[in-house]
Amino acid sequence: MSTTENAIAMVGINKSFPGVQALKDVDFYLKPGEAKALVGENGAGKSTLIKILTGAYSQDSGEIFVFGKKIEKMTPIISEQLGISAVYQNLVLANHLTVAENILLGNEPSKWGFVSKKTMFKEAEKVLDKIGYADVISPDQKLSELTAAQQGMVAIARALSRNARIMIFDEPTAVLAVREVKELFRVIKQLKENGISIIYISHRLEEIFELCDTALVLKDGKVVGEREVSETNIDELISMMVGREIKKDLYNPNKNIGKEVLRIENLSNFKLKNCSLTVREGEIVGLYGLVGSGRTELSRAIFGADPIDSGKIFVEGKEVKIKSPSGAIKLGLGLIPEDRRQHGLALKLNVKHNINLPVYEKIGKMGFISLSKEIENARNFVKILSIKTPSLKQIVSNLSGGNQQKVVVAKWLASKSKVFIMDEPTNGIDVGAKEEIYELMNNLAMEGAGVLFISSYMPELMSICDRIVVMREGKVVGEIPHEEFSEEKILSMAIKNNTSEEVRDKNE
Amino acid sequence: MNEDSKLLKNEKRFTWNTQMIVLAVVVVLWIFLGIRSEYFFTTSNIKNIMRQMAIQGVLSVGMVVVIITAGIDLSVGAVVALVNILMSKMVVGGTPIWLSILTCLLLASALGFINGIVVFDLRVPAFIATLGMMSIARGATLLISKGNNIFGLPRSIANFASSDFLGIPSLFWFLIIVTVIIELMLRLTRFGRYVYALGSNVEAARLSGVNIRLVTYGVYTLAGFLWGVGGILETSRLWMGVPTTGTGYELDAIAAAVLGGASLFGAEGNAIGAFFGALVMITIYNGAVLLNINPFWQRIIVGIILIATVAVDQIRKRRS
Repeated sequence: MSTTENAIAMVGINKSFPGVQALKDVDFYLKPGEAKALVGENGAGKSTLIKILTGAYSQDSGEIFVFGKKIEKMTPIISEQLGISAVYQNLVLANHLTVAENILLGNEPSKWGFVSKKTMFKEAEKVLDKIGYADVISPDQKLSELTAAQQGMVAIARALSRNARIMIFDEPTAVLAVREVKELFRVIKQLKENGISIIYISHRLEEIFELCDTALVLKDGKVVGEREVSETNIDELISMMVGREIKKDLYNPNKNIGKEVLRIENLSNFKLKNCSLTVREGEIVGLYGLVGSGRTELSRAIFGADPIDSGKIFVEGKEVKIKSPSGAIKLGLGLIPEDRRQHGLALKLNVKHNINLPVYEKIGKMGFISLSKEIENARNFVKILSIKTPSLKQIVSNLSGGNQQKVVVAKWLASKSKVFIMDEPTNGIDVGAKEEIYELMNNLAMEGAGVLFISSYMPELMSICDRIVVMREGKVVGEIPHEEFSEEKILSMAIKNNTSEEVRDKNE
Repeated sequence: MNEDSKLLKNEKRFTWNTQMIVLAVVVVLWIFLGIRSEYFFTTSNIKNIMRQMAIQGVLSVGMVVVIITAGIDLSVGAVVALVNILMSKMVVGGTPIWLSILTCLLLASALGFINGIVVFDLRVPAFIATLGMMSIARGATLLISKGNNIFGLPRSIANFASSDFLGIPSLFWFLIIVTVIIELMLRLTRFGRYVYALGSNVEAARLSGVNIRLVTYGVYTLAGFLWGVGGILETSRLWMGVPTTGTGYELDAIAAAVLGGASLFGAEGNAIGAFFGALVMITIYNGAVLLNINPFWQRIIVGIILIATVAVDQIRKRRS
């Protein structure tokens, strides 16, 4: 394919991060007026590719052409000047400014440095009119007064006001209701008719068939293939997405799986709908779901970090009421949160302090801490988990990601947890440290603990879990035992609407 | 075994931290003042410094605990004034001294507790919550006193301020006791560990089972109690009720805490550091008087030293 007749041509793009090659020799072409879907599992490299296109990352090698012009070094500013605009799932808009101010932010019409409100209002209205929203949204409304869907429209208007010729939609429908999705699609189709090229990323594959002309499938940072949407179907796309190599089978069949340590029944709250699952002694249960499926919310609800509206929790066969994390800890639960820097660690404090944080109530008398026990605890778990730290007094923020994660695990070892809820424990840590975390999970299970392993990266779940529970849209939609693991099966459950009922029937 | 001893050895390694720098500043100031003024190293001047420092020190130590949780308490000066007026009024009105003291301590602690509730349960930023409390306490002080000084306290109250115990001013003993207790509390108790955890990451502390509500209440109540102690010491030193006393104490207390290594971002600082921070400030105030420097310069010098200390600290942190 030539590099001149395309709106975008990315040729031979490579990009690696410490420990992982995110993109390998990726070619990406987009014609003017074309709507192309970018498809792949979590971690396939979609976001990285988009970030290179918008200048957030720079590629290690490869060339980028925009409308035939070679771009030596892409930056966010150049990208915007070239007419590339990203409408992200989490919109980068200013909540307390008006619609007009948001649309024209950084681009305000002004005279002698003074901004004319009237001109701004008119210009904003003009752009809103282009997408048929002049009657719905007033330019002087505060952004915070708008619904999520309307805010999305403001983001589109903002891109239009900058003469965007290529628009990127990254999971735009994740937060929208059905009716709003229809509206969005109408606008996107209209943009397309006006000759704007679209890059569309979504886990909801059926959307692609409604909107896009072509679909490019990525897997493990490589292009698997490209299909005309009219000549393919969901099943083919899924089969192209899956089939990733599972490096090493970490599964340990010699665990002694005993009685139930954790059972939840029909848990519901703002996000969850009647979720049920069980974890037994010595068992590693995987929890898989796409972004927004409610995995993290389920872990937080079990742990008492988020409120529960209804449902029951049993620990070691007894029904319990968990109202706060401290209640959960007393019952022997431990949570390794998804965002360890925000939720898992007190980064400014030292290793010893962090490890002992959940157990200070147990190591001392009358409110005084036993300093020797504190050191003993910390030293013990630093050794068991081989945490690489120059001293127990090292501030945790100075440790590597893998070692930080081990400190979080050490907290729950110290508090003698019986159930470890691990939410994306291998996120952002290098390959070697990942292996250690897997090994650690196996060891925990061998010692008789129950592990609930939440991950959006399926190969790691498949390689270590005894069972995988799948969630979609706040519901538990299926459960698969180790012998029946197949990437295709799990992914279909997580993506497709129609399979869920069948799966539930099968399990019952 | 080898690794064990390594972990232990490193723990005792000396680090050139902020308190050391502040201590060095104090020593340099003392040497300078000792050379420039014969009077500086006399017993009476040193005792004078101790008396001046006592109240400011107690407040600085209280402030550092709040600052470690990434909070702030601006109500300190106004609560000191309220306690000063209330105690004067009660004692002059015939209430026994012990009962007046008890009442004042209870009131000050209660005001602190209210700060805690407003900060935690109503989610008002500590700066605003305690700014409001500052205004309320100051207003109450003026209301109770009708804006007038209150005279007629018994001689014994003034005598206490000028008395010594074991050769050290009685007022200063309060500072020593408060500093030691708070330092031990921060180092050795569960509450102390939670105070730092709260300052580093509230959510991580909560998810580790820390009762962050109780810790927040505790910190602000403790601070209020210490403002009460400060107000009682102030009453003894002034030997009367002065409704405008305590103005600007919040800034002195914050400055001393920060000079002593506390970070307004939380999780850093300790009581001994605040003690030395207060010492630096008192030394400057005292030295300026001895050297006949225009008193208006004192505040300028304190301001410069405050900014310089923190800036140096930040640069060092960025390097490491």
